[in-house]
Order: sequence, then C-alpha cells, then structure tokens
Amino acid sequence: ANCLARYWPCYVMLTGCSVTPLLVFIIVPAILGVSFGIRRIYMKTLLKIFEWATLRMERGAKERNQQLYKPCSNGIIAKEPVSLEQEIQEPRGGGGEFDMSDILYFCRRGVESIVDDEVTKRFTAEELESWNLLTRSNYNLHHISARLTVLWGLGVLIRYGFLLPLRVTLAVTGVGLLVVLTSIVGWLPNSRMKKYLSEKVNLMCYRICVRALTAIITYHDSDNKPKNGGICVANHTSPIDVLILASDGCYSMVGQAHGGLMGFIQKTLVKACPHIWFERSEVKDRHLVAKRLSDHVADKTKLPILIFPEGTCINNTSVMMFKKGSFEIDCTIYPVAIKYDPRFGNAFWNSSKFRMVTYLLHMMSSWAVVCSVWYLPPMKREEGEDAVQFANRVKSAIARKGGLVDLLWDGGLKRSKVKEVFKEEQQKLYSKVLVSRQEDPEHS
Amino acid sequence: MGSRGSTLSKIPNVDKLMQETGFSQAHIIRLHDRFRALDNDEKGYLCPQDFEAIKELAMNPIGDRIIGAFFAQGPQQETVDFNSFVKVLAHFRPTDKNRPKESTSPDPINSRTNKLKFAFQLYDQDKDGKISRDELLQVLRAMLEMQVTEEQLESITDRTIQESDTDRDNAISFEEFRKSLDKVNIEHKMSIRFLR
Repeated sequence: ANCLARYWPCYVMLTGCSVTPLLVFIIVPAILGVSFGIRRIYMKTLLKIFEWATLRMERGAKERNQQLYKPCSNGIIAKEPVSLEQEIQEPRGGGGEFDMSDILYFCRRGVESIVDDEVTKRFTAEELESWNLLTRSNYNLHHISARLTVLWGLGVLIRYGFLLPLRVTLAVTGVGLLVVLTSIVGWLPNSRMKKYLSEKVNLMCYRICVRALTAIITYHDSDNKPKNGGICVANHTSPIDVLILASDGCYSMVGQAHGGLMGFIQKTLVKACPHIWFERSEVKDRHLVAKRLSDHVADKTKLPILIFPEGTCINNTSVMMFKKGSFEIDCTIYPVAIKYDPRFGNAFWNSSKFRMVTYLLHMMSSWAVVCSVWYLPPMKREEGEDAVQFANRVKSAIARKGGLVDLLWDGGLKRSKVKEVFKEEQQKLYSKVLVSRQEDPEHS
Repeated sequence: MGSRGSTLSKIPNVDKLMQETGFSQAHIIRLHDRFRALDNDEKGYLCPQDFEAIKELAMNPIGDRIIGAFFAQGPQQETVDFNSFVKVLAHFRPTDKNRPKESTSPDPINSRTNKLKFAFQLYDQDKDGKISRDELLQVLRAMLEMQVTEEQLESITDRTIQESDTDRDNAISFEEFRKSLDKVNIEHKMSIRFLR
C-alpha cells in the first residue's frame, strides 16, 4: 500500500502511455470507418488456440482412461418421428375404437418432453463442442493439464487485466461522445447538414462501442440495406444486436422510454434523429403504436425503423414466432439475419438469470464477439396474405439465411402459459383417429 | 453453466442410482443438467410448477397426470429430488433383452410389468388398485374433451369396461389391465431411446 501511495503518478503515466496509442489505433479508424484487419488476425489466432486447448483436454482424458463429457448438440434422447395416427394404428388387443393402450402414446410423448423439449432449450445458452478458455463454458475442468491451466490463467490475466479496462474505457468514451455530439447536432436547425452530421456522429460512436466489445462483424449483401420508409426486422439474441446493426447503417429505434441514465441517453438521441420512444402506458395501446409507426414510414425523409419482432432474446439457435404488429403496417420490410459464432463467447442474454450490467461485463470480458449479418432482399405483403402469414414468411427467410431453426413457438412462452388451443389440437387429432377406426374396423 | 466436471460429486449416491436405474454415468450427468434446467429458481428440487412450465407437456392432454406420476411417492408429496426424478424416468429405459432371469433379484424399474404399472397409475388416480368406470371416463374426457359428446364418452367407457372387465366388478384391476394389453408391444411404446 505504501508502494502504491508513493509511485502512483508512475502507474498513471504507465497506464496512460500504454493505453493512449491503443485508443488512437482504435478510435481513429472508428471515426474514419476503416479497419486495419487486426481483429481478424486476432480471431484466427484465438481459434487456433482453442483447437489446441480442446485437443489437449481430449488427450489428457484418454491418458487417464476417462470419458470426456462432450455436450451432444443432438439432444439427450432420440425422438421417434412417428405421428399419432401411425402409432395408434398398430395392432392392439380389443376391437373397439378406444383402447387402453392409446394412452401410452401420450404418456411417452409427455415424458419425452420432460426430458427434452424444443422450447426450454432455446432459452438456455447453447452448448459448445470445443473449449474457448472461459470457465463459464467448460464441462471438463477436472481434465485440465498443468499446461492448460497456465494458458487459462494467462487468459484470465489478459481478459480481466488488459482487455476489460480497455474496453470499459472505450465504451465510456463511445457513449460519452455520442451524448455530447448528438446534443451539439441537436441544436442545429433542421436541414440537410443536420441530417448528414447526425448520421456521421451516430455511425462513429456506434463503431467505437462495437470496438469496445471487440466485435468482429461480417456484413453480407450490403446492397439490400434498409432504405427510408421501410421497417427493418431482425432476430433477437442480445441488446448488442442494436449496436451491430446501427454501426453499419442509420435507423430509427423503437422502444420504451426509460428513466435514469437510459432515459437521459434516449432524450439526447432523439434531438438529432427521430427515434420512437413510447411511454409505458402507450405501449398497451396497439392502435397508437401502429399509427406512430405508420406515420413514421410514410415520411420518406425519415430513417428506416429497426424492430425485433420476437419480442425477447432467444439463444440464437432458432427463430421464434414474430409478433404481427410490425407486419400489419403497409410498407416494405427489410429482413436481417444475425448469427453469432458461439465459439468465442456466448452472446445470448438470459434476462432471467443475469442483469444487464452483469451481462455487459460478461461480454466485455470474453475474447470477442464474432457474428455475421445478412441483409435479405426486401419483402412486401402479398395479395390475400394476412399479417400472420406474412410474418411467418419473413421469419422463415431469416431462419434459412442465418442457419437457425424455424420454430412456430412464441417467444413470449418464456414467461407465459401455453394457450388452450394447442391442447385442443392434440385432442382433435386423437378424435380423428378414433373416428377413422370406427369407420374402418378391419384396418386395425 | 459452470464447471460440470464436478457434477458427479454433487449428485449423492451416483453408483447406487446407476445400479437401481440402469442409466450410465453419461446419462445421469445429462439428466442432472436437465433437472437443473427445469429447476428455475435453483431450489435443488422440482415442484409441480416447474413441470407445468414445459410447454410441450402443457399441451399434452394427460400432461397433468404425467406430472402427478412424479409426485406419487407419498400422499402429499410436493417436491421431487433428483433421485426420484431419475427413478421415474428409468421406467422409460428400453428393456434389457439379455437379462438373466433370477427370481431372487427384484424386477428392474424398466421391466414390462413396471412399465404397465406406470401406465396403470395414470388411469388409477385414487390409487385403490382398480380403474373405476369414473376414472376411465375422466381419462377419455381429458383425451377428447370438446371433440365428442358426453353420451359418446359414456358409451366408449362402457364398451371398454365390458371388454376388459372379466370378473364383472365394474372396474378394471391391474391383472385385467395387463391382460387387455397382452398383445401390445409395451417395450416399444413405453421406451425412450437415450442417446450414448
């Protein structure tokens, strides 16, 4: 402690000297919108290290004759793809329509869903095949050799001692600049210059924030980028999605008006650029929401709106049901698919497990956030298609492009109960089988 | 998430559990992961609400009866610990065809008889050893609800009892149940293929 007190100016200077050139290397390219390619080299190196680490673990496990716990991405059980009709048509005792053994089908399906169901596993983070030197995603810690432990320890030092402070500084700089510069731009009278400046300022600050997470993003098909007077829809995995999209294009954001620091940022942003912030009371009024969105897209000078129709964060292995609200508005939809590379760190925000701050800290102490963004060609609602069908069409396109599973389930199921209508579907199917038996008794 | 390597140490009596249920070590670890995923509040045990939260189960017509099967140990059982969870699931392990028949050792949990007993208890909710006409009617109602009329339900119930009830006591005992399912491939229908 004595040491610290006497030499603290030295420490500050040392930190300053080492951090400043780094900041320059990072902030200047962000302002100019160029990249040195350092991050890609970093990414390739990391991948090689991860492979080496996994091989070592496997070797270590083999030497000790133990089995490595490999998370099986195919699930724990093999579900028979037999339908209700097929199963129940098999020969059974008795000749009537109903048989005591009919219950066995539902029984087995019920227990199968207890062991492994499609929905619950979408809301927990995806399991990895190789180890990325983060203890939070390792299942075989007791297989680590001495060399691996050293590597891991080094990793911790680098991540928490060097990367984290650097990133936090960058993030603070980015957000600070955003607030200050948008306020300045906000004072200007409405003109083309103001628009131009606002775009530049926003892009620059979001790019700094993206570097604050060491996000390595690959944009595909940029000629399909959303244009004014349209709505951009994307699948949702984490709050970072906004940063990823906003650092490559300018959007009007939609969201609830918060209080505190978030609210302050929201109010500042809106001075320079027309975002759509709803009060909590207004959110319930669907007509009001629809009207504000329609008015916005009708004005061709305003930026495209960015919406995440799933309504909640999903773990990036699937796309869940899109809420139809944004698809009822008459305008062009620009779908975007975002897929994170899970090898580098888990980007999924499990809002029931972690608070936003904890989540951001996890993100900033990971190695990197690597993702791909695909801009899909614009889609419009066709004749005779209702909002729900249109929403499903867009959802399938996004799922296909991003390599995600297209699920019919509602993301809101994370928090609410299943509707009775699903149970009725099952009952209808069963009754149809009984009726067909009645009509064709020889068939059984 | 977290260090799963120490999962085995967290599960008490793993070897005994493996012996009783026939699950391999890898299966037990996977089931423990699933147990923890279902246990939302990290209580260390499961309660009916945790099961009800499984969407696919909620849409199953007999979902609540299946949940009841996990809480069938005692009269007012409200929690399921990991061992009980695994033991119930062990009913659905495929039968081991090459097991030598020893009359001294008890039936394994996944024997045909025990599978049948599991199915029987889905019908016999009051646990009196018989499926009464009323209980049968309730199951039919659960599986068909709005799709048929009450009269149709009653007639199906009566017909089923007539076919299976050999001792004419207007209820189906376990033996009558077993007999009526004699030709059914229980081993196949009540088995879940666990990977690895």
